[in-house]
Amino acid sequence: MKRLILAAAVFATSLQASPTHVLNRLAFGPRPGDVERIQKMGVDRWIEEQLHPQRIDDRAMHEQLKRYETLSMSSADLLTKYYRPIVEARKAEEDLQPLRREAQKVIVELSAQRILRAAHSERQLNEVMVDFWMNHFNVFAGKGIDRFLLTSYERDVIRPHIWGRFEDLLMATAKSPAMLFYLDNARSQKRGVNENYAREIMELHTLGVDGGYTQKDVTELARALTGWSLARPNGFVFRRALHDRGAKAVLGVKLQANGGIEEGERMIRFLAAHPSTARHIAWKLCQRLVADDPPKSLVDRVARRFTETRGDLRETVKAVITSAEFNDPKYYGAKTKTPFEYAISAIRAVGGTIHNPLPLMRTLQKMGQPLYFAQPPTGYSDSAEDWSSSGALVERINFATALASNRLPGVRARDLSLADVALRAETRKTIASQTQEPAAVAGLILGSPEFQKQ
Amino acid sequence: MNRRIFLKTSGLALVGSALTPGVFVRMAQAGTTRGKKVLVAIFQRGAVDGLNVVVPHGEKGYFTARPSIAIRNSIDLDGFFGLHPSMASLHPYFKDRSLAFIHAVGSPDSTRSHFDAQDFMETGTPGVKSTRDGFLSRALDSQKAKSPLRAVSITPNLPRILSGKADALAISDITRYGVQSEASAFETMYGGAAFEAAKLLRGVSATTAQYPRGPLAQSLRQIAQLIKADVGLEVAFTDVGGWDTHAGQGGSEGQLANNLALFAQAVAAFAKDLGSRMSDVTLVTMSEFGRTVRENGNRGTDHGHGTVMMTMGGAVKGGKVYGKWPGLEALYENRDLPVTTDFRDVFAEILRRDLGVTNLARVFPGYTSS
Repeated sequence: MKRLILAAAVFATSLQASPTHVLNRLAFGPRPGDVERIQKMGVDRWIEEQLHPQRIDDRAMHEQLKRYETLSMSSADLLTKYYRPIVEARKAEEDLQPLRREAQKVIVELSAQRILRAAHSERQLNEVMVDFWMNHFNVFAGKGIDRFLLTSYERDVIRPHIWGRFEDLLMATAKSPAMLFYLDNARSQKRGVNENYAREIMELHTLGVDGGYTQKDVTELARALTGWSLARPNGFVFRRALHDRGAKAVLGVKLQANGGIEEGERMIRFLAAHPSTARHIAWKLCQRLVADDPPKSLVDRVARRFTETRGDLRETVKAVITSAEFNDPKYYGAKTKTPFEYAISAIRAVGGTIHNPLPLMRTLQKMGQPLYFAQPPTGYSDSAEDWSSSGALVERINFATALASNRLPGVRARDLSLADVALRAETRKTIASQTQEPAAVAGLILGSPEFQKQ
Repeated sequence: MNRRIFLKTSGLALVGSALTPGVFVRMAQAGTTRGKKVLVAIFQRGAVDGLNVVVPHGEKGYFTARPSIAIRNSIDLDGFFGLHPSMASLHPYFKDRSLAFIHAVGSPDSTRSHFDAQDFMETGTPGVKSTRDGFLSRALDSQKAKSPLRAVSITPNLPRILSGKADALAISDITRYGVQSEASAFETMYGGAAFEAAKLLRGVSATTAQYPRGPLAQSLRQIAQLIKADVGLEVAFTDVGGWDTHAGQGGSEGQLANNLALFAQAVAAFAKDLGSRMSDVTLVTMSEFGRTVRENGNRGTDHGHGTVMMTMGGAVKGGKVYGKWPGLEALYENRDLPVTTDFRDVFAEILRRDLGVTNLARVFPGYTSS
């Protein structure tokens, strides 16, 4: 039944103007009036501005997020306030449920800020890339204390590095408590090497599964990373006593004995600069921003840009979004929105305001993409085939009609004109023959095959 | 493994024989079964540690390889293998010969990537990355389209194993599945087929059967509802995570034990709920690979190779641990349980027998089952 949605790609080609395409891919869809605004200021200028998010005034967003007190708290404070009482209650064999509910606040507020920023921030490309990199370096909130570490992970590890060099982003994730805990490296030591993180950093974060490493490389890298651990309650520490001091060889790099923390850092820099990493990151960015199966010529060019700028992520992203391929009309509407992209773009399309993000978190869960709860280190798929089941379609349709008729709790739709959605003639006819009632029409447009695409 | 080894040639074959008939077969004799076969596949995502599910307690090396996580009080199955004590709720079915295990089973591909290995298993083409569709989809595709609910995955998104030409529905909650307003216009936009399932589901009645907590139990409860409602279900799929026990895996108690208890209780509740209808069901479990024979320094296990599959139902010749046991002396790449039975052998037999699939070469291209 995925064919039903995929079929919608065919017609979109000639209908969309470039500003709409840009807003679909580099933002979470147009709000009423956005297309005209971009047209007026010029698409190129808008892109250049979005590539430098710190230049964009986003004070309104900042004000809106102030009410969420956990967003500015350190991991140490979050653990002390929300986790320690649970541990103590468990020791005392008291009822944990009220404390667990209280602790939910941390992940609820974190999800709320992601939803609100995606919907309302002026720094739209920044939010698109936060979504991309949080997914690339996925950490699952359902694993132990990670639900208390993700606030700092997103705020201090991911967000500050996504426009810098890939190597710095990679190193920051490697030393982040959230990742050290999620992929078990915090527990890896010379007398018991845990190869979980060593494998995923090569398979998922850098080289890619076909990037040319062996099981031996995984084991050797894991040895090099022994002792990279967590200082209680929340910091990175290198525990020399737990580090395997023997000589190692990873991917042809010989590491002399007694290499200390530097050998791990050296290997992470080596991985960041590896040609397979350039290809893998280029491919993933192109898949996200251009097409599920991106053209090889583009991927090659972006990989070259990645390499020649020593992994400058602003330049790498720029190479994708200023390419001829990105602007090729054959890719307009060629990607199916993920549930997050779909829900947020629908809210933006009706000029919606979010009073309470909690119901939206539940919606995303029902659509199969709960924020921060992707269990495997791959994160969520960025490919249509994984988001096009008819079960998920029904969830989307029900979301669309509820949003348009203001039956969706926590969200208020304000403008039902939906002038920027390009519809096929037959879809228009179907809608017209069904109803003239504005909310019903808007629900049908938001639920249409066309609006599932971007 | 002999292909015909673990499924009876008929669900009623044992009746009147000298063997104790399985519980489902006995119930089937009461005459409530409708004879339509349903395959229920459960993917244990994350690589379940088969050696601690069906424990080779007759193998001394097992205990030395796992000083802190070995299971020392397994429920003996055949004098050599024992069942993890957390799975006691399934032991009666083994004794009753309605449940069998296949050990040292898996995919021949050597990848230790969860994601590649799951993909290879679901496409049914280990080592071939270009396969887009799933083998259960191909198995269905070779037959005429029947009910829109012939293939259902109780998951938010359609898994690879059911992706492909055959219509399959992914759904997380059958009781609230359906378009709430403007249904006819949406039917025109997307084609009626997308919503036929919703109409059929309206006729599925609620259940009062008792299930334990946990997502697998909720999935199996819904699958049981679909089976009982006779909506034309042929293949049901669901998955359950939490098996990637790199650290603090535990032994008779702990992380894996808790997960296995939920798993076993969910499956036992499912069998109890279905009662005699279980004679029409073949339930089978799969996992992308096993885990290292030796425990790691975190009282856990890393990614391995061979693991265990479980199959249960009226057609299963149970009460036995199948597969050629390779021992724990000569390990795969000096660390893992070798694979001596290809998972495709297990599915080939089920598909042929239960789904009437004749063209197995299409389901598993390039593979000839042993």
